[in-house]
Amino acid sequence: MTGPRVSVTTVLALAISVSLLFPHIQTLASGQRRQRSVQTPRTFGFGRPAVSDDITRLDIDVMPDGTGLPLGGGTASDGARTWKQSCAGCHGSEGQGGTAAPLVGRDPAARPPTVGNYWPYATTLYDYINRAMPRTSPGTLTPNQIYGLVAWILAKNKVISEDARMTAETLPAVLMPARNRFVPDDRQGGAEVR
Amino acid sequence: MTKKKQSLTTSQARKRLTRRELLGRAVGAVGVAAVVPVNGQQAIDTTRRPGRGPSEIDQRSPFVTPRRDPSATSSRTPLQDLRGTITPADLHFERHHGGVPEIDPDRYELLIHGLVDRQTVFSLADLKRFPSTSRICFLECAGNLRRGNPETPPQMVCGLTSQTEWTGVMLSTLLRETGTKPNATWFLAEGQDAAVMSRSIPIEKAFDDAMIVYAQNGDALMPGNGYPVRLLLPGFEGNSSVKWLRRIEFADRPFMTREETSKYTDPLGDGSISRQFSFVMDARSIITDPAYPRVIEPGWHEIRGLAWSGRGRITQVDVSTDGGMSWHPADLQAPVLSKAHVRFRHLWHWTGSPAEIMSRAIDETGYVQPTWETLRLVRGPWTRYHQNPITSWTVGENGRMLFGSERLQI
Repeated sequence: MTGPRVSVTTVLALAISVSLLFPHIQTLASGQRRQRSVQTPRTFGFGRPAVSDDITRLDIDVMPDGTGLPLGGGTASDGARTWKQSCAGCHGSEGQGGTAAPLVGRDPAARPPTVGNYWPYATTLYDYINRAMPRTSPGTLTPNQIYGLVAWILAKNKVISEDARMTAETLPAVLMPARNRFVPDDRQGGAEVR
Repeated sequence: MTKKKQSLTTSQARKRLTRRELLGRAVGAVGVAAVVPVNGQQAIDTTRRPGRGPSEIDQRSPFVTPRRDPSATSSRTPLQDLRGTITPADLHFERHHGGVPEIDPDRYELLIHGLVDRQTVFSLADLKRFPSTSRICFLECAGNLRRGNPETPPQMVCGLTSQTEWTGVMLSTLLRETGTKPNATWFLAEGQDAAVMSRSIPIEKAFDDAMIVYAQNGDALMPGNGYPVRLLLPGFEGNSSVKWLRRIEFADRPFMTREETSKYTDPLGDGSISRQFSFVMDARSIITDPAYPRVIEPGWHEIRGLAWSGRGRITQVDVSTDGGMSWHPADLQAPVLSKAHVRFRHLWHWTGSPAEIMSRAIDETGYVQPTWETLRLVRGPWTRYHQNPITSWTVGENGRMLFGSERLQI
């Protein structure tokens, strides 16, 4: 009989201590919470508004619909001279067989891949040559030179005719052989290896 | 391969030379010809003369010479020389496409423009003023596998992965400043190097865990890793974490740059189609010790290695010491962080008979690191990126550890 009574007393004592302790803990906890919750401002206001020069100076990308392409143009024969001067040293006089990756070839099974069998968008050629080529002096070619090189590479790949002139209007309209080659990433983790 | 062997031999020779030089110097300094090496006793009794005083910057002991292994386009982390999970900043792997630019931090600017409400330019000081975040995660190049030959150390097999405590500002914090238009779905990240490296990234990553980082293991970024500022996309292929970041442009579609069309895409099956925007690095592991070029003795060894997943936490690493016939869960060193290298360990009693040791990682999605055969089966023979097969080390009766390259030759 004493057992249960002790138990009850213990429970009561515990309940009292808890009721005494709880407000204290709650105050502490909510106090901490209040301290942490300094409102993050909607904005900090750091940085400065970009002016048009900030953007035009850097905004060099060319998109598949032609957004970003400059005025100017060129044909394969216009590009031939620039090719000889600036590209053939690494990519070979015919766009293959050099020390750099081959750019010419239509066989879909050929490896390594080329512009003719692997590049889905012709605009990427302009974008990439303009940003990164020639390797030792990137950014030195004029828009007309780049249009000429793009035309030369596309003509060598028999994607366009020898006399086709590449411009901001014609380049995005070029349908590349590898246009439908690409599929989105379907890996999602989980047990199935993809 | 011959070249690689040579460079390894050279670095070993350098180590030996350094030791000999030191001994020589010690003998000269003491001026006594009869310095007889005794186990546990230094050439110079370090208890009898004070060492060097405090210095501005410490250097590794001359006895410790870990080196990256550089090629024309990358340099690889010496995984076999490292402990724990953090890669010293000067040993972090490098991969760049137009060399390492030298950028003046006082003139550095990051432009965020395109489909945003407020096109904004941030200086380095601006970026550092925002609330900062630190995160430990791995960064791995998409092309991180060399199948090599049996004389291939871990560094050459998969040294294009490293781990860092990165510090910077969440990209989402910057986007609170600029706002984003409802039709913004992708952003272009562009570097200030001679390749003007550019990649399109889905906007979800910007609001998930993308960071703009300016510090690496507590210090400023190393030049080869993007000084002063790089993008960090945890779990994504390294190429997309654009270094020397100068510009972010939001758009309603991807930009289709060279690096996301003709490169960093994965031909599937017979090669007639290719997987594009395959950002996430699947779970992987490698035993870093014992491995080539070590020669081991019979008895107890602790098999040690690294495991990681771009999809989250590693939940288990299995180790096999019988060429994959039986597998045993390894110990994982806490803390096990998401999208981070975790160190695993497994005790192994080597009897002296030929054996093959290997590891496989399992992540929180239930993904199990596949064999080379499985990868080949599901992807075909043309994939060059995102290869994460189980790799192994063999040991013969002579105790020589060799890379299990035969498993990757099919």
